[in-house]
Amino acid sequence: MDTNVLFIFILSVFVGFEVISKVPSMLHTPLMSGTNAIHGIILFGGILVLAGADSLLVQVLGFVAVVFGSANVFGGFMVTDRMLQMFRKKKSQ
Amino acid sequence: MSSPLALVFIGASVLFILGIKFLSSPKTARLGNLVAAAGMLVALLALHKPEGGSVWLSGWNTNFTLIIVGIVVGLGIGALGAYSVKMTAMPQMVALFNGLGGGAAALVGGLEFMHGTHGGLPAFIAGAMLFATLIGSLSFSGSAIAYLKLEGKFERPLTFPGQNFVNGLILLAILTLCGWLTFNSTGSAAIAILAVVAVLALIFGVAMVMPIGGADMPVVISLLNSFTGLAVAADGFAINNLAMIVAGTLVGSSGTLLTLLMCKAMNRPVTNVLFGAFGSGSAAKGGGEGVTGTIKPIQADEAAVLLAYAQRVVVVPGYGMAVAQAQHQVRELSDELGQRGVEVQFAIHPVAGRMPGHMNVLLAEANVPYDQLCEMEAINPSMDRVDVCLVIGANDVVNPAAREDKSSPIYGMPIIDADHSKTVIVMKRSMAAGFAGIENHLFYRDNTRMLFGDAKASLNELVTAVKAN
Repeated sequence: MDTNVLFIFILSVFVGFEVISKVPSMLHTPLMSGTNAIHGIILFGGILVLAGADSLLVQVLGFVAVVFGSANVFGGFMVTDRMLQMFRKKKSQ
Repeated sequence: MSSPLALVFIGASVLFILGIKFLSSPKTARLGNLVAAAGMLVALLALHKPEGGSVWLSGWNTNFTLIIVGIVVGLGIGALGAYSVKMTAMPQMVALFNGLGGGAAALVGGLEFMHGTHGGLPAFIAGAMLFATLIGSLSFSGSAIAYLKLEGKFERPLTFPGQNFVNGLILLAILTLCGWLTFNSTGSAAIAILAVVAVLALIFGVAMVMPIGGADMPVVISLLNSFTGLAVAADGFAINNLAMIVAGTLVGSSGTLLTLLMCKAMNRPVTNVLFGAFGSGSAAKGGGEGVTGTIKPIQADEAAVLLAYAQRVVVVPGYGMAVAQAQHQVRELSDELGQRGVEVQFAIHPVAGRMPGHMNVLLAEANVPYDQLCEMEAINPSMDRVDVCLVIGANDVVNPAAREDKSSPIYGMPIIDADHSKTVIVMKRSMAAGFAGIENHLFYRDNTRMLFGDAKASLNELVTAVKAN
């Protein structure tokens, strides 16, 4: 296997830890929701599996994966934006 | 990967990191979400097949049609969920989306493994696919249970003797089968065993979350969120997609840290949340002793007089306010008191409601000015100079047992010192114990009055009565 990929993985672990180390508790929920949307990138995996599907079973399950992933990524970003909209409104007052 | 394409994915990864960074500060949070979404869109448009060639330019066939339809259906479900959900039900929605992501991660890992069984897989790749299937399935079923618990179905922890032993046994079976599959990934037998692993992982997800009380669901969802991230990263390894590895890992590690931060806000170690069966039968009874005094009810008009002629009022909102959808009435009352010259503040406990930040979001929705919201640490030192502390549907976060009663399961949890104020008015539907199932000493204090009824209706009565004074 390619060790470069492992290198990127390890660095990502540390970046993830560092980047949120000082988050106030009022932002815990939006942050959780935002990162929840980011793992919706699993949609890519679903698309690639479905693109190479060669049997009905893979087509059906791959389709389900695409629907799930798509709902996760789009819904995740939208629900986070809706939460954060509230935070902005009160500052403009 | 060609170098222009590599640059696109580096750019997308930078946008993800910046997005998460911006999300952790109130000023830039909304921008951060949009930045991360932009990164996602860029990476999606640049998506290439492992063997090369853009996914979007590879010609129209049945699979491509299914991809487009699938994305549109998912977009529809996501938009419907995100925009129709009430602000009070946000936590459930996050759990739901997380579960879907976990399900997708499990399917991708499982299908890739099935594909690989034709010719056998290198152990590392097989391991990554199995990890994604196992963790994704667990996250899927665990999130579903967390969703139901937040919806009010079987909120109480479900425990039985030997539970940890049974769970351990399931986990051992899963790990043994996965270990065997890692090195024997050929033939249809491998597919059958993979199916068994997936089913066991689904069962384990349920078994893991069932014993945890509803009040701890935010921590559980945060943990499952980071699990899904790791499953996605494993899928990234399996299909050699760098964007998935980076995004999944970022979520995995930041989610783990966020889970620990949430536990810290409740002053409990994470192991206690996951395995402590907080609020279960035996624990709930602890702390019941030592309660002295009687419950003293109060009527709305009398409470209104107390509020109208106070100098300083502190409102402590809790989940009861969210359930009753009473945030607008709370603001009305606070405006009315403000006009009479009463100083009104809101004391927000870090874990009030069912998600950290839950109360901030609801009060912001009702246009309560930002500067009236105070954090627990900021307001506690001056609580003894408060004339009336109005507790609206909050329970465990104002329970003095956390400070005084060493036998209480919530002992040591930081609380808002509502009992230090001159008068406490607790608005509550009934005398049922709080979400954690613990008797609240505050209700029996000499300076406490109970205003029973639905929070929304009671607040309306209070507003009318304050106006009449």
